[in-house]
Amino acid sequence: MSLVKVSDLSVSFTTERGELRAVRNVSLSLNAGESLGIVGESGSGKTVMSRAIMGLLPRTATRTGSVEYDGQELVGKPTKELRELWGTGMSMIFQDPMTALNPVRRIGTQVEESLRVRLGMDKKAARSRAQELLELVRIPDAKQTLRKYPYQLSGGMRQRIMIAIAISCNPKMLFADEPTTALDVTVQAQVLNIIDELRQDLNMTMILVTHDLGVVAGHTDRIGVMYAGQLVELAPTTELFANMKMPYTEALLKSIPRLETPTGSRLPVIEGRMPDPTKDEPGCPFASRCPYATDKCRAEAPPFVEGTPGHFYRCWFPLGGAQ
Amino acid sequence: MAGSGRAHMRPDGADKILNVEDLTVEFKIARDKIVKAVSGISFDVLRGETLAIVGESGCGKSTTGKAILQLPRPTSGSVEFMGTELTKLKGNDLREIRPKMQMIFQDPISSLDPRLPVKDVVAEPLKVWNKGTAAEIDAQVNALLESVNLDPAVVRDRRAYEFSGGQCQRISIARSLALDPTLIICDEPVSALDVSVQAQILNLLQDMKDRYGLTLIFVSHDLAVVKTVSTRVMVMYLGKVCEVATPESLYEKPRHHYTSALVQAVPIPDPKHRVSRALLEGEPPSPLNPPSGCRFRTRCPAATDRCAAEEPQLQEVSPGHYVACHHPVA
Repeated sequence: MSLVKVSDLSVSFTTERGELRAVRNVSLSLNAGESLGIVGESGSGKTVMSRAIMGLLPRTATRTGSVEYDGQELVGKPTKELRELWGTGMSMIFQDPMTALNPVRRIGTQVEESLRVRLGMDKKAARSRAQELLELVRIPDAKQTLRKYPYQLSGGMRQRIMIAIAISCNPKMLFADEPTTALDVTVQAQVLNIIDELRQDLNMTMILVTHDLGVVAGHTDRIGVMYAGQLVELAPTTELFANMKMPYTEALLKSIPRLETPTGSRLPVIEGRMPDPTKDEPGCPFASRCPYATDKCRAEAPPFVEGTPGHFYRCWFPLGGAQ
Repeated sequence: MAGSGRAHMRPDGADKILNVEDLTVEFKIARDKIVKAVSGISFDVLRGETLAIVGESGCGKSTTGKAILQLPRPTSGSVEFMGTELTKLKGNDLREIRPKMQMIFQDPISSLDPRLPVKDVVAEPLKVWNKGTAAEIDAQVNALLESVNLDPAVVRDRRAYEFSGGQCQRISIARSLALDPTLIICDEPVSALDVSVQAQILNLLQDMKDRYGLTLIFVSHDLAVVKTVSTRVMVMYLGKVCEVATPESLYEKPRHHYTSALVQAVPIPDPKHRVSRALLEGEPPSPLNPPSGCRFRTRCPAATDRCAAEEPQLQEVSPGHYVACHHPVA
């Protein structure tokens, strides 16, 4: 039973340089309880895509296509009605815990806000629930922390507060947009583990957006790779790593420095850059950077095909051949 | 966590570019509150070496890098750069030696003046030091931009905000090379970049190092990045040194419990890899009031009473591998 069904979702922004097409015809569906990773470079459209599903887009954006959540169509719904869903239905953990929290309000006030507004709790109930939430994300001294201001906490602690706020109204669907990018590796591991546990305990569906294949490998059921606004590969996590089809996915994986990389060795890089999102060029958008590109790739855009059940890709010459 | 140990220092005869002893940096934040950012560490850097300084936020790694440049001046200790004691230098003498030491900052976009055209960003150090006529400087700027793989004709007249993070970092590198430095301190130069761009910048730094015979200090929290670029790694925790070794030896067999936890926390892009649950809990204690003895003992799985009482000193555990721990990982 799918909780979210996205069909042909496109987002464009009107800019001075013309129509900027940030997300291009993305279709995917998510089952309840599933965890999907969305990976890609800066500018691939991964953040805009996740915000577009929730309806959190600026006024300059145009959204077309369909987002069905729990049987309701969200595209075209007025913001007022969408608001009813935010927090209780869908919720987001933002990337930068330094700027996402209000610097002049106490942590307690910020955690209680959604409890009081959304769930209609009174002050006392909200306060005790807020303390529970902070304990849930393993903040030591939860009671004292509620009295503090964001600047008094470290980045890891602030990110836990963001998680506590995101899950405060028991959402069914959690979006995590680069939740650990601003954190140290040890803290990153702690925060990812907390998200994992909460997701299982509260049976949440999750979309985890990141540029780090290392982060999604251990924490998701399926992975979608985005490039130039399109979904270019989508497969179960183990299948993707064992049998990747897109040359782009391979290049992304190879460019990651690893602990086993011999010292002094050169890292493989992806030469060139992503195509201009305001232009529509024929062919595969990765062709100019792809080591395997042929004339066909430059002339004709490949379709998104299902090679083996559940494994989709967008390439004329997939790695390991077509199946 | 000692750091007061000197076992890892190379003999005086070695070709040292930098020799730092008992470096202490403290910041007074209130009348009776002193943040001990760096507490008496010693290390040296040989010519042509890349020393990586690794640790979590707040361990003092960036402060150490800046203290070498006397930005700000360390509270105490000695910093000897190419035979000159920097902590004693004042005014013009310090200014004279600064071109030999350059820095590349973490955030490439905010560390460049958004209003200056790229050609002026790169030319600025040359102009300040009167390195030739306008035409000579211009030619030099073009050569520098080319050396970091930017097309001068395309980028010269554009401004920093028009570039991506990776391109801005290339411009920063070009600028840092302008005065023909001996030592470049790179403070998290790739942590703000995408993985694909990260690889390009790391390769570029490696090329520049070979081409200009540079010595690098590479400050980073990312162990995998450090592994590919460094020749020696120094792990710091709460203002002290825990472990010093070659990257191969350090990652293959970390001997300090802190290093071991850091290595285990690196996310591996392989779904078959099981994340170890024995992760480091909590966060480093406040540098306002660091623990007695070994500073890591409050989070260390192997801590004993001895760790609270006695500060461990750096000692050699295998050739070239030094650790400051009473109970090193077997």
